[in-house]
Amino acid sequence: MLARVSTFAIDGVDPRHVSVEVDIRAGLPSFTIVGLGDAAVRESRDRIRAAILNSGFKFPERRITANLAPAFLRKAGPGFDAALALAILAASRQVPSDALESCAVFGELSLGGELRDSPGVLAVAEGAHRAGLDSLIVPRERAREAALIDGLRVAGVASLQMAADVVTGKASAEAMPSTGPASSQMTSAPGPDLADVRGQTTALLALEIAAAGGHNLLLEGAPGTGKTMVARRLPSILPAMNRAEAIEVTRIHSVAGIHADGLITTRPFRAPHHTISSAGLVGGGVTPRPGEVTLAHHGVLFLDELSEFQRTSLEALRQPLEDGAVTIVRAQRALRFPTRFMLIAATNPCPCGYAGVEDRCSCGEMDIRRYRRRLSGPLLDRMDLLVGVQRPTEGELRAPPVTDSAAALHRVAEARSRQRRRLKGTAARCNGEMDARAVRRLVHLDPDAAEALSRAYAVGALSPRGRHRVLRVARTIADLEAHERVTQSDVLTALSLRQRAGDETALAA
Amino acid sequence: MNRGDDNVPAPHPPASARSCDRCLAHAWLLGELGGHLEAARGRIAQLLAIDDHELITATAHNRAPELRRALAGFDPAAARERSEAVRLESICRCDPDYPRRLRALEAPPAVLHVAGGLDRFLMLTADEPVAIVGARRASPYGIDVAHSLGRGLAGAGLAVVSGMALGIDSAAHDGAIAARGATIAVLPCGADMVYPQRKRRLHEQIQATGSLVSELPPGARAWRWTFPARNRVIAGLAAMTIVVEAGERSGALLTSGFARSLGRPIGAVPGRITSPQSHGPNALLAGGAYVVRGPQDVLDHLFGAGVRRSPAGRKPDLPPELRVLLAAIADGYGTAVALERAGLAPQQGLAALASLELAGYVRREAGGRFVVRA
Repeated sequence: MLARVSTFAIDGVDPRHVSVEVDIRAGLPSFTIVGLGDAAVRESRDRIRAAILNSGFKFPERRITANLAPAFLRKAGPGFDAALALAILAASRQVPSDALESCAVFGELSLGGELRDSPGVLAVAEGAHRAGLDSLIVPRERAREAALIDGLRVAGVASLQMAADVVTGKASAEAMPSTGPASSQMTSAPGPDLADVRGQTTALLALEIAAAGGHNLLLEGAPGTGKTMVARRLPSILPAMNRAEAIEVTRIHSVAGIHADGLITTRPFRAPHHTISSAGLVGGGVTPRPGEVTLAHHGVLFLDELSEFQRTSLEALRQPLEDGAVTIVRAQRALRFPTRFMLIAATNPCPCGYAGVEDRCSCGEMDIRRYRRRLSGPLLDRMDLLVGVQRPTEGELRAPPVTDSAAALHRVAEARSRQRRRLKGTAARCNGEMDARAVRRLVHLDPDAAEALSRAYAVGALSPRGRHRVLRVARTIADLEAHERVTQSDVLTALSLRQRAGDETALAA
Repeated sequence: MNRGDDNVPAPHPPASARSCDRCLAHAWLLGELGGHLEAARGRIAQLLAIDDHELITATAHNRAPELRRALAGFDPAAARERSEAVRLESICRCDPDYPRRLRALEAPPAVLHVAGGLDRFLMLTADEPVAIVGARRASPYGIDVAHSLGRGLAGAGLAVVSGMALGIDSAAHDGAIAARGATIAVLPCGADMVYPQRKRRLHEQIQATGSLVSELPPGARAWRWTFPARNRVIAGLAAMTIVVEAGERSGALLTSGFARSLGRPIGAVPGRITSPQSHGPNALLAGGAYVVRGPQDVLDHLFGAGVRRSPAGRKPDLPPELRVLLAAIADGYGTAVALERAGLAPQQGLAALASLELAGYVRREAGGRFVVRA
């Protein structure tokens, strides 16, 4: 007797349909699983046997062959347990096999027959929906997560026995969970607010510009000046995610197993330590797992102490930054992880860290250059904004905050909607994503602004690429100021936030 | 960027003929001795004054017989060919056109190998060349000052002499080139070699518009002793030597020492008393060196007050609010406070700072602090 049950393998962060086929026929009692499963899949034989017996079913003492199709796809993890167990029950006629046809099953089994919490349920639910299945059985803890996908009946079950009841119709699939309020409302949880910051006027301005135009930002300043404090507040002034983005983020975090419950509505903020390997940063491993860049998808990746990161790790950021996705090739297959994030980095200005603080710095010009060379060129090339962070003065510490997140968010949202109108029909969604052609076509300078820019270029303060960055940033500043054309003051502000050119001694008066 | 000098046939006999056989042999010997002179690098100026055979006896030890034989069989024609092959010209101290200031040295270089045209070199050294020297490990302030001195002096028509080392030396050369003026680099290796390697581009620029000089034969590498030897040539060529930044043990102080022993004026750029890089120049000032606050101080000293003018750095005039901001930055306030004192909101303030930077009044340093430029 043959039975089929649908389940899903997590391939990177995407679901792949897997058909679990179980064939039971006469022969010496045996249980084999074929179809490129990993060690966890092979071990599932013992779990399934115990779970079936402990749930009050019979484990067929015959020759059992289970196949996970398609056979070319590597399958990892214990998430196939429940599907295998139900397929065995169906093949041995303990549950009706026709009821399983339009149903997907996902989850790990314990020896006692309980369905355990398994990561990646949202991805499975999306897969089930895409595959045209109409119901899904998942562990109870994850039911709310699966229910985020519309048009799918989700049964959150605690045990194999309950799953069998759902299949036979003794329990209703929809009885368990409901789409909670979290799915309809997109409010962000209160994160750290800009109002906590005293002083730092220029840094906060740069942060707002970065948020408004999706520009990557480099913060430079001595230890203890507040770089991290400023960076952590970036998510609080980014526009809220739409539902599709939120579901994508939730799916990724669910696959990575770092997500608690329900829909993630705040933009991710990832701050990996500088000892991270390049695989940890961009993703990798024998079974490729999403890296920090993917976990920061639709959110913010913060690299503190940028110069301390291994060079190879930083070089690996190039593709994710440029393509908005990273491709990892394993065993003749290429996996694509989405990586659209904003990069914000912080670094000391010089080896001793105290350049720009009274006379505490003892580094020579050469030391500073050598230090900056350690920062990867391709990475710096993607940083539109550079701002110095200085220790706030006593007066600033006592003064009221410069702005708060709500006001800044409002300005950012206005600027973003102006950009969307202008960028309609291009690949870019914000000024920071404009390519050279879009910049030429869409960034219009008034005469004074053009004059200031060409002067800066003429005195060698800008490289050709740097000029582009300044144009993009100037457009964003103009959007914040509601200027139709980019004005001279917009260009000058953008220039003051540019990166230093390689050799500024060329800047002759 | 040839100025055509190389294409027009020289009015002189072939340039390489301006070095006599004996002097060429001496230059060759220096190249051969190489590392043998390292032990005596503290007294290199005296050592270079003794004649070929004594030099071999004093330093070559077990290679002495071999070197004596080689010296006896030295082939000046082959040496001239080697020079020509790398497009070097040369002049020896027996030639009447040999730079007269160099003759004041205890041991004037026997031969000067010149890249970039011998005629140009002789013309540049005939006027009043000024040496600008200083530390490799220079501060942004030192780099800035050296650049502006090089620019101002070359702009006034003087040749800027330095050693093409990292830091101050290169900044001075760069400044001279920025002013489209002339500059002379004295190298611690053969004049056809690039040292330091990172300054290849500067080497090419100087070859095109100035001169690269060495007393060592083509292809000779740099040794530790060739640096002080080179410094004595810098001091010898220059009418005045200016030290911009130098730590306690900087080679720049050696250069100013040579200048002092030649009785030539020494200038120094004052620096913060707390900065280790300003230790050297401040000590020189305490010992009576001339205070150099800009190119005009140097010109006034060399030619008399107000006789020659440094072309003023034509910085555009500033509107009042920018002048207030500039004054606040000059007082050493951080960016935030400077903006506050000028009564500027953050965004206007950033634009104002960029205006000042573009006009050449201020420079943005690492850490986002703005400082006033020299």
